Amino acid sequence: MRGLGKFLTGIASSLAEAWEELRIHKGRVLLSLVGVAVAVCALTTVVGAGAMAEQLSREVSERQSGRPASITFSAYMQSPTGQIDAAAVDAAWTESLARHEVAFASRVTWASANVQYADGVSPANLQLIDVPYGEMHRVQIVDGAWFTDRDARRLAPAVIVNEVVWDRLGRPPMATHPTLELADSGVSAVIIGVSRAMSEYDGESAYVLNDAFPALGVVVDPMMMSSPSYEMWVPEEHADGLMQAISEEVRAALGEGSGFDGWRGDYGAWPEDPFLATKLVVAGVAVVILVLGALSLVNITLVTVRTRIREIGIRRTFGATGGRVFFAVMLESVVGTFVAGIVGVGVSIALVRSPLPAMLIGSSPDDMPGFPVEAAVVGILAATVVGALAGLLPALTAVRVKVIDAIRF
Amino acid sequence: MSVLLEARDVTRTVDVIDGEPLTILAGVDLAVAEGDRVSIVGRSGSGKSTLLNVLGLLDAPTSGELTFLGRDARRLRGAARDRLRGGEIGFVFQQFNLLPGRTALENVATPLYYDAGRAFWQREKIAREMLERVGLGERVAQLPSRLSGGEQQRVAIARALVRRPRLILADEPTGALDLATGQTVMELMEEVAGETGAALVTITHDPAIAQRASRHLRLEAGRLIADEPREYGGADAADAADDPAHAELVDGAAA
Repeated sequence: MRGLGKFLTGIASSLAEAWEELRIHKGRVLLSLVGVAVAVCALTTVVGAGAMAEQLSREVSERQSGRPASITFSAYMQSPTGQIDAAAVDAAWTESLARHEVAFASRVTWASANVQYADGVSPANLQLIDVPYGEMHRVQIVDGAWFTDRDARRLAPAVIVNEVVWDRLGRPPMATHPTLELADSGVSAVIIGVSRAMSEYDGESAYVLNDAFPALGVVVDPMMMSSPSYEMWVPEEHADGLMQAISEEVRAALGEGSGFDGWRGDYGAWPEDPFLATKLVVAGVAVVILVLGALSLVNITLVTVRTRIREIGIRRTFGATGGRVFFAVMLESVVGTFVAGIVGVGVSIALVRSPLPAMLIGSSPDDMPGFPVEAAVVGILAATVVGALAGLLPALTAVRVKVIDAIRF
Repeated sequence: MSVLLEARDVTRTVDVIDGEPLTILAGVDLAVAEGDRVSIVGRSGSGKSTLLNVLGLLDAPTSGELTFLGRDARRLRGAARDRLRGGEIGFVFQQFNLLPGRTALENVATPLYYDAGRAFWQREKIAREMLERVGLGERVAQLPSRLSGGEQQRVAIARALVRRPRLILADEPTGALDLATGQTVMELMEEVAGETGAALVTITHDPAIAQRASRHLRLEAGRLIADEPREYGGADAADAADDPAHAELVDGAAA
């Protein structure tokens, strides 16, 4: 019992002594930890901002090629004329989708039409799609709303124009029910939404529902109109099976001589991680930052160890054991860097969650990634490890120093 | 009185780069009993501090026997040696060696952090009482930099005695003080040591300080020899000046 009491008193006195050391050296400790806190903050911010940049890149990729797993099919005929019965393909496609309960699918066709603006007529690209396309390709609507199923039944066909068209029209509010005048057919299409331009080089374009397209009265030269492609967005684990099954079913429905082939175009099908470069750059920058922070801490501890040697020598004369001295020096470093790590991560969360990164990058992701917990944990752990390593050197020096030399230092 | 510390034929040599090992202690014999007052004089570089470090278990002898409280110092290793030193030996240094940035109270309480018993929990109370005992009860919250040299040495004495050691080793305790303050500090140290029955081994250049001890030793050529006590000052000063031993001490002090 008495031995236990002594043991507990030993622990309490070690902690009390270490705390006392921290208190006495708080100025120096704080100064040395500023570097660590900044390093951890930078490390965590870089990883957090990296996650955001990766998400942005992912979303850009998904807007162009669809989300994982997006499968695109095209139909063809092996006959000399090569003509496809589009209605038959549509029917077989719809039936097959229903059979496999695929909720996200869209036919995609490109066409063009002349649009009448106040200052003249210009051609615009028309992308003929189905309602799920917006979700499948993360189409960003800056004003108004994306299509619903009811839009296909409108008497005045609905269109969603891009910002380039909207700008030419003078950016009329959606509440005023602006229209898009088609020069050739004289049909007025109701603009129900505006999609964000993907880049500054975008031309004039608009989305139209496949089923609403005939109502536009656009006469399209078959040679100028692309063959429809058929896209679906399915869970990755079912992608291969569904691709094969739907291909075979549609092919069977179309009869001999026809083809219906699918392929994956989303980034998930690429053989290498498309974000590997981003990840490596982020990790590289993070490691460099941490090493710099560690170097600054080691630098300071190496300088201050000279002043501490004398103190430690004095303590040794009063009975401080080597273990006790080691513990006190290490604890100061580890506790200090742990606290600095928490402060650094806290500041980093505030930074990453602020509007600042979006302002710097120029846009923010639709689905803001959560603050990377692993980055926070790695940041705090790295700080603590750095503290332990940075404390190890002076701690070992303190233990190994000859007391006689130390008190005369 | 029981023997606290006994050294028999203790030697201490140090390695010299590209040379023969340097012998600092060439066979020291010494016995210190409880309550002893021993002074050791010697020229600068004669090995006084080395001897004090060996006696204080800060350094190990190269050869010879050294026992402290009946325990063979050569067999004491690491933490056991540190604990024995912390509990039974108090050090007073010439330059006080107070911990900067800590108040007088914190300095005196420092050795109590290494006491695994009740003293740790009562460290502040014990340290305060000790400071009162050395006449600094009103200055407990002062930092060393705000204290005079004499006050700093009193704090150092309070710190050396706070764990009630049985042996006090003082290395030039008055070296940084003026004569009057030095005498006052020595009186105090002897008085406080007397209360606890601690033995006091003082290394000094100052003949007047050496004179206060009951046993007078001189370290010469690495060995301890008896040094006859002399009265210095007044009519005896002229005799003393002719004495080669005194000349050595004065030279040493000047150095």
